[in-house]
Amino acid sequence: MRANAIDITDNGVSCKKKLKRRNPFSEILVKIILSLFAGISILTTIAIIIILCKETLGFFQEVSIKEFLTGTEWTALFNPPKFGVLPLLIGTMMISIIGSLIALPIGLGSAIYLSEYASERTRKILKPILEILAGVPTIVYGYFALTFITPVIRNIFPSANVFNALSASIAVGIMIIPMVSSLSEDAMRAVPDSLRQGAYALGCTKLEVATKVVMPAALSSIISSFVLAVSRAIGETMIVTLAAGSMPKFTFNPLENVQTMTAFIVQVASGDVVHGGLAYKTIFAVGMLLFIITLGMNILSRIIIKKYKEEY
Amino acid sequence: MSNLKRRKIKNKIFHALVFASTLFGVIILAVLLFDIFKDGLKWINFDFFNNFTSRIPTRAGIKAPLLGSLWIILLTTVIAFPVGVGTAIYLEEYAKKNWITNIIQVNISNLAGVPSIVFGILGLAVFVNMFGFGRSILSGALTLALLILPVIIVSSQEALRSVPTELKQGAYALGMTKWKVVTGVVLPYSMPSILTGGILSISRALGETAPLIMVGAVAFVAFTPKSIFDSFSILPMQIYSWTSRPQEEFHGLAAAGIIVLLVILFLSNAIAIILRNKYEDRLKG
Repeated sequence: MRANAIDITDNGVSCKKKLKRRNPFSEILVKIILSLFAGISILTTIAIIIILCKETLGFFQEVSIKEFLTGTEWTALFNPPKFGVLPLLIGTMMISIIGSLIALPIGLGSAIYLSEYASERTRKILKPILEILAGVPTIVYGYFALTFITPVIRNIFPSANVFNALSASIAVGIMIIPMVSSLSEDAMRAVPDSLRQGAYALGCTKLEVATKVVMPAALSSIISSFVLAVSRAIGETMIVTLAAGSMPKFTFNPLENVQTMTAFIVQVASGDVVHGGLAYKTIFAVGMLLFIITLGMNILSRIIIKKYKEEY
Repeated sequence: MSNLKRRKIKNKIFHALVFASTLFGVIILAVLLFDIFKDGLKWINFDFFNNFTSRIPTRAGIKAPLLGSLWIILLTTVIAFPVGVGTAIYLEEYAKKNWITNIIQVNISNLAGVPSIVFGILGLAVFVNMFGFGRSILSGALTLALLILPVIIVSSQEALRSVPTELKQGAYALGMTKWKVVTGVVLPYSMPSILTGGILSISRALGETAPLIMVGAVAFVAFTPKSIFDSFSILPMQIYSWTSRPQEEFHGLAAAGIIVLLVILFLSNAIAIILRNKYEDRLKG
């Protein structure tokens, strides 16, 4: 190091050369190792895609794509097996839609409160509590759904099954509230105060400032948080496995038991599956569908932010 | 009623509504904790920690899953933390901002949105079957490491970005090599917030169930793991298994297991928060 410093005073050009030569081998090695680390995440994606594609192709050699996508009966583990994925898809959609109907308004409401109405003191108390809610493992929500929400539902609707889509939906909704509220709140707090001040100067009430100035300005991020939350609900596994049941049913009645794509995958994996058998391959076919749907929604949320972001 | 009055009333109603929705989360959390403590607290005693699981509720305990979770988390940390921080260092300090870096970045945020069960499928196909690690602790830890990697990378990147450029330039001006700048200036400065992000994502891994069911966590393990190739149970898996039984007693056991899990999570989050506060104090000072 000291030699380099002296060189600089002598001759800038030779110093550059010497520095390069002295750039020790270990420096290059470090760079290579670090870039390999960075490659792992790319490799993960490639591995997911290759593995899902490979086994799914194997699956479709035994089951027709048309039956898979349009069939209304899913009895993959029985004899004779039927592979119509619609019941799983509808179960998944029903739970994420009802869950979103609960989570999106409540999440957005708390975001508005925390960003626009709450005093700094109240915010400092309430925000960490919502963060705790975000950190609760999904298995805990599953327990809560089965032992608390389900009995309440069955009190109100005696016809409800022990395992029902509604109970799981409510728990999934609760689970994604913190996600909606924290992402939307971040977006609303990023709206410059000058916009608010301008609106107040015109005599707006807080409600008008929040809904006519702040929300439109943060709309792209709010909507993208909605999309991300729905995608999270679709991929949620333990709550639906515990509370929604394991009967794939082609039904739109939330009081009946349904099975989601994720719950089916868990059901197969917890049984004894022969590696390479047809049941094993169904995991990958259903997983592929799940992966495509959630990936599509994640990309959509990024496009929304990129295209419609307001520049202040 | 005047127009102004109507608008003010509307505002008051809206205020109440958004306050109520914030309160909803708080109330739910209170109900959830109350429900769990009411069911589970009476099952927590010394035997609960020292027994293996059993078909007889009063003899059942969480010795195996607790140790299993510990093994899994330690191994996951050892794998995910260096790789995650390394990737973040590469992206922030070494990589040129070109399309390859851009692809890596987009890919990482996409991976963060992939459902955890898909990582489980990946682990099942690659670690359990292709690499032949079987349904072992190693397979589980590798799967979880891949799952939390994107979160660690993103939070570490944020931490690295917060290092003031003047500090780095000062170090370069002294003739330090890049790696020396990273280890001597960048990492010491950003370590508290890297650790905070790391702890938060690892505590997320602690509660994960689905991916580990895929790679073979089982609910009935009656031995303590001796090596990373042993089969394993984890705390959330045991909770899942107890919850899915119809008997009331097992629900109590599940609730007790949840209390243990939540206490561990609470402690690790508390450590993360203390670290963050220390860091913020230092920045102010």
